[in-house]
Amino acid sequence: MTTAPDTEQVRGRADAVGPTPAAAPDDVIRTSGLTKRFRGGQLAVDGLDLTVPRGSVFGFLGPNGSGKTTTIRMLMGLIAPSAGVATVLGAPMPQSVGSVLPRVGALIEGPALYGFLSGRDNLARFDAADPTSDPRTRAHRVTEALDRVGLTAAASKKARAYSLGMKQRLGLASALLQPRELLVLDEPTNGLDPQGMREIRALIREVAADGTTVFLSSHLLDEIEQVCTHAAVMSKGRLVVQGTVAELASRAQGRLVVRTPDVVAATDVLTKHRVTDLRADEARVDGIATALDEESLPRLCAALVSAGVRVHGFGLERGTLEDAFVALTGEGFDVAG
Amino acid sequence: MSQAEALEAGTTPTARTAGAAAAPRAQTAAGFAALFRSELVLTFRRTRTIALLGILAVLPVLIGVVVKIQTDGASGGQGPAFIAQVTQNGLFLVFTSLAVALPVFLPMTVGVVAGDSIAGEAATGTLRYLLVAPAGRTRLLAAKFTAGLVFCLAATLSVVAAAVATGAALFPLGEVTLLSGDTIGLGAALLRAVLVAGVVAASLAGLVAIGLFISTLTGSGIAAMATTVVLVITVQILDSFPQLHAIQPFLFTHRWLSFGDLLRMPMHWDNVLQNLGLQSLYVAVFGSAAWARFSSRDITA
Ligand SMILES: Nc1ncnc2c1ncn2[C@@H]1O[C@H](COP(=O)(O)OP(=O)(O)O)[C@@H](O)[C@H]1O
Ligand SMILES: [Mg+2]
Repeated sequence: MTTAPDTEQVRGRADAVGPTPAAAPDDVIRTSGLTKRFRGGQLAVDGLDLTVPRGSVFGFLGPNGSGKTTTIRMLMGLIAPSAGVATVLGAPMPQSVGSVLPRVGALIEGPALYGFLSGRDNLARFDAADPTSDPRTRAHRVTEALDRVGLTAAASKKARAYSLGMKQRLGLASALLQPRELLVLDEPTNGLDPQGMREIRALIREVAADGTTVFLSSHLLDEIEQVCTHAAVMSKGRLVVQGTVAELASRAQGRLVVRTPDVVAATDVLTKHRVTDLRADEARVDGIATALDEESLPRLCAALVSAGVRVHGFGLERGTLEDAFVALTGEGFDVAG
Repeated sequence: MSQAEALEAGTTPTARTAGAAAAPRAQTAAGFAALFRSELVLTFRRTRTIALLGILAVLPVLIGVVVKIQTDGASGGQGPAFIAQVTQNGLFLVFTSLAVALPVFLPMTVGVVAGDSIAGEAATGTLRYLLVAPAGRTRLLAAKFTAGLVFCLAATLSVVAAAVATGAALFPLGEVTLLSGDTIGLGAALLRAVLVAGVVAASLAGLVAIGLFISTLTGSGIAAMATTVVLVITVQILDSFPQLHAIQPFLFTHRWLSFGDLLRMPMHWDNVLQNLGLQSLYVAVFGSAAWARFSSRDITA
């Protein structure tokens, strides 16, 4: 069986989380009919019903302009919904910002810093903004947060001298100043090099392992597949689908893949066995096998061999999130970009 | 309704126990006050603030030097308030400098600081991080207003301090003959200078509130600063038209120079108190407007 390694990895992860019985069915984020129409008339978010279970790493996926940041701004009480309700940690937003947000860390649409302050002083400023944080332990918290994101060495440098990656990390540090129940990260790897992306993802896994629910928005499918247990897909302000990553990926139709140098002959045999949507290139043919089961697979393989096709590889390839997205929306992922 | 199709939860996705996760923390008085301190530190760590205070400190030096040169050349005549007394007593340079700085320079610096307060944070995006911290919109506004008032005091004091130093260097210091003809000692006169500085700083409170309100209207710090400064100048021009005398008592600049009444024996408080009353009115009106606007505004920056 040829199987996409990414997908396999995700499934393993999701399964590991799956069977644990729930202590209480409390959702960290729940929205119903959440809608935002901007004053220009732009409908940015349209009737969103979202449920983020506690303990999940929840991927909020959608192309640029699909309404992810607008949704996050409503969840964080920065903008008021035009209609519908948003509940975060069991309390309605934006009415409960004072009691909810001290338990939430957030990185929204990139980091924003005081360029004339050092990294350390930036964190002290944001920590001072939270009235529930104890001034006596501030220096300690700031040092810990800097250490956690690997900025200790650059802590006393002015933030304007930071690279984008360093700014992004300082933003994360500010979200991690306190132990959080929920971490909301809006495209946290934007503008980072692959090494920076890996580091941020490692940090997300670490935070999640501590029991913090992570709500991660991204326009990168493979990012969601790599770190998330659950996902929701947005398109043009609407929610297309939500569920566990494994469930979503399994909705993508699997494709039958035959690796062979005899592409023409193989295509012939597959057509006769009602395999549709055939795509062929130099050493490979694949297509959608609608009515395949345990019985018919070996028969099809035998048919190929007896037709003289040199079969180097034969199997079902499981769909990826990208396939699922394309199947669900009927469009490529980066169209709205 | 939403097109979302929530998938059947076959494998129930569920909670890990929230191990290191947050226990709710209570707000403390020290925690509440921390933002006010942070705001003050932030204001006075900006290069811009220090530059503004520096410009204000240069003003008395310039006036002192000009007066010194003019009197050496022995030409009498007109000039800003109290200027005739400066040559007899350097301490009067304090009052001359305040009279010169109050119509233009002081309100300009205050307009820059107050106008930028919220709009500047919105422009750099730090506003959203303060609000999700969560700073609380009312608390943030109060901290900004407090820092603005403290800046008014610092601005006035930098004029006073530079004037005292320049006056002492260029002119004789000694007993001060007040506008009413009475004479008081140098120590008592310095106390009056401090009192006057306090009154001048308080005279700018209305402007801080106006600047704060303008600052909540826009996402551009520069636009807010410019609007506030232009407004100050416009109001002063209106205050100079005799035809508008009916509305002039309600202009926030109208009684700014009333601090001169404190240089009499006994002190005349009527105008000063009216001025302070007017400033409180402006603070109440524009403070409420700023609060109404800011507490309901969408933060999209
Ligand atoms: N302040 C605003 N005023 C008007 N339209 C906006 C505003 N902010 C975002 N939009 C529009 O709302 C839509 C969703 O934007 P956004 O939530 O930023 O998407 P995403 O974060 O998924 O890229 C876009 O079409 C965008 O142009
Ligand atoms: Mg966005």
